[in-house]
Amino acid sequence: MGQLLEIKNLHARVEGKAILDGIELTIDAGEVHAVMGPNGSGKSTLAYVLSGREGYEVTEGEVIFEGKDLLAMAPEERARAGIFLAFQYPIEIPGVSTSVFLKSAVNILRRERGESELDAMDFLKRAKEKLAALRMDQKFLSRPVNVGFSGGEKKRSEIFQMAMLEPKLAILDETDSGLDIDALKIVAEGINALRSPEKATLMITHYQRLLDYVVPDKVHVLAHGRIVKTGGKELALELEEKGYAAFDAASKDAA
Amino acid sequence: MAVSSETLETVRSVTGGEYKYGFVTDIESDFAPRGLNEDIVRFISAKKEEPDWLLQWRLKAYRFWTGLEHEEPKWSKVQHPPIDFQDAYYYAAPKEAKDGPKSLDEVDPELLRTYEKLGIPLREQEVLAGVAVDAVFDSISVATTYKEKLAELGIVFCPFSEAVKEHPDLVQKYLGSVVPYSDNFYATLNSAVFSDGSFVYIPPGVRCPMELSTYFRINAANTGQFERTLIIADRDSYVSYLEGCTAPMRDENQLHAAVVELVTHDNAEIKYATIQNWYPGDKDGKGGIYNFVTKRGACRGRNSKISWTQVETGSAITWKYPSVILQGDNSIGEFYSVAVTNNYQQADTGTKMIHIGKNTRSTIISKGISAGHGQNTYRGLVRVMPKAKGARNYTQCDSLLIGDSCGGHTVPYIEVRNPTARVEHEASASKISDDQLFYCRQRGLDLEDAVSVIVNGFCKEVFQKLPMEFAVEAQKLLDVSLEGSVG
Repeated sequence: MGQLLEIKNLHARVEGKAILDGIELTIDAGEVHAVMGPNGSGKSTLAYVLSGREGYEVTEGEVIFEGKDLLAMAPEERARAGIFLAFQYPIEIPGVSTSVFLKSAVNILRRERGESELDAMDFLKRAKEKLAALRMDQKFLSRPVNVGFSGGEKKRSEIFQMAMLEPKLAILDETDSGLDIDALKIVAEGINALRSPEKATLMITHYQRLLDYVVPDKVHVLAHGRIVKTGGKELALELEEKGYAAFDAASKDAA
Repeated sequence: MAVSSETLETVRSVTGGEYKYGFVTDIESDFAPRGLNEDIVRFISAKKEEPDWLLQWRLKAYRFWTGLEHEEPKWSKVQHPPIDFQDAYYYAAPKEAKDGPKSLDEVDPELLRTYEKLGIPLREQEVLAGVAVDAVFDSISVATTYKEKLAELGIVFCPFSEAVKEHPDLVQKYLGSVVPYSDNFYATLNSAVFSDGSFVYIPPGVRCPMELSTYFRINAANTGQFERTLIIADRDSYVSYLEGCTAPMRDENQLHAAVVELVTHDNAEIKYATIQNWYPGDKDGKGGIYNFVTKRGACRGRNSKISWTQVETGSAITWKYPSVILQGDNSIGEFYSVAVTNNYQQADTGTKMIHIGKNTRSTIISKGISAGHGQNTYRGLVRVMPKAKGARNYTQCDSLLIGDSCGGHTVPYIEVRNPTARVEHEASASKISDDQLFYCRQRGLDLEDAVSVIVNGFCKEVFQKLPMEFAVEAQKLLDVSLEGSVG
């Protein structure tokens, strides 16, 4: 499978403070990667730098997405190129129904891919299928984006949007946090349903439990802004057993 | 004075025929002489061949106004240099088309682009196809559509000046009965020099089968527009009315001081919607319309209802408070407003709900959007009189700020003189957050789409009150008004 994303020596800072300190990471199409690390290790920063959020300043290094310089692209250009970020804390947009919001996003991406736009009926049909798979109520479509959603609903909404937008690279920022075990299983099914030889997923998580349901091809341990260890799915179990401290020490030594 | 071909097209499309109506061809007689005095008032009245009682009413207003000179209302938050009322024309009527309309090439391309974006006049044609229209061009009404069809139902829909001739008893009975000539500086000025506007009468038991609409156009330079609209819904009747306004771009400020009076009798309902898109001035605040308007409705009858919906995107300054006097028991007043100020626009707008009858109810939903250096003030009064037992009001004022140089202000006045009244007021102020913009952009929307989505969501409760096709128009207008406000 071809290379989808390549991160080379990525350094970034937020408000003048260095957070990412030379990330190296390559993701091939068809793969699922997990980045794990303690609080403050730079996990969310990595997600925001990849999706282009303002205030995250790249000081060194490069990111190549399908042969293109990702860092030179505006957030919407990255989205249109196929990058999706499932937010750790999804943002509320009062008065805008989820269906109106999502339909415009879906059609922007479809136009970008040279596909025909979905009309209201097709959109609704597809949305209903995806909602059913995530065991979500259809009423959800008419509710304003993320307004009044419970924590679990917000997370499911992100996965629903991901299913509708069909990204090439999905970045899931602590999508498992705040979910009970039933919701976690449903969300995991949603993520697994999108696995395909052309697409890839980057899961950012603190805990190993999501990885019981979405089995990663590779696991990376992030500490102090660097990937200090990479392994297979068994690495997650090792982490769970030993805790981050062991890896933390290793990274400090390296630094 | 030149009539642009684009404007003529608009009027043609609105009237659906040749531009052949009896306009004076002599240039000199197109205008009243510059300035304002009793002779001008008489000139206007004579031009319109008015009966003596109306001339006397105008003169009374004029004399009252001269006593008020330099006493423009100063309590609002808007600021502008003093207006020289002697340096304007108070009457202008369009010339015949062949007398030298500008070619389309001469029209400022910026204006043409704006119209293209708005889909006017082509869209205007579509939208107006099923709507009865009165087109007011500078000081006179140029045409009214569907008049005959409406007349079969006994509905009167005609230019104000025609109503004075054809239905003098109705006009005399209701003119100034809601907004007296002495009401306020600009309403008094209007009473003296008003030129035209629309008149509507819905007879008892009749539900008006189509939207009635007036399309106001200021075209001539240095001309004030002072239209007067009077709508009467007799008992058990219903009418929905919409006004739209545009004006060309000019460097100098132009005054628009209209008066609108609405009256509903028992069980009658008037829905009045405004899409105000007067020229707002350029991005540096040069030019634009001063929109100083008095709009008021009287729910005279029991169970009657008056609903104001306004989308205010234009004008350099907007100063207006469409109000309802809730006189009849169980009557209902509503005010739904979206006001947008971008660049250097100022808006001081809101409503007055005066509860007099028992169990009267009012709802106020105001959405103010400020961008650029815009200043947006909601100013509203809810007054419950001693006899208004069981009166209820719900007020919600939301301000949305875009950028760091604009302002949103809320000035609610609440006076309750009956202990059984229930008055609720909610207010919020928010900014379009970077988080919201990023969230939208992460889903593929560009910056302008993102702002549009967020702003339209913010205005949704008000847009829902507009007839469908006008809601679409209003959304587009909003997008154009806020263009370039972010990023």
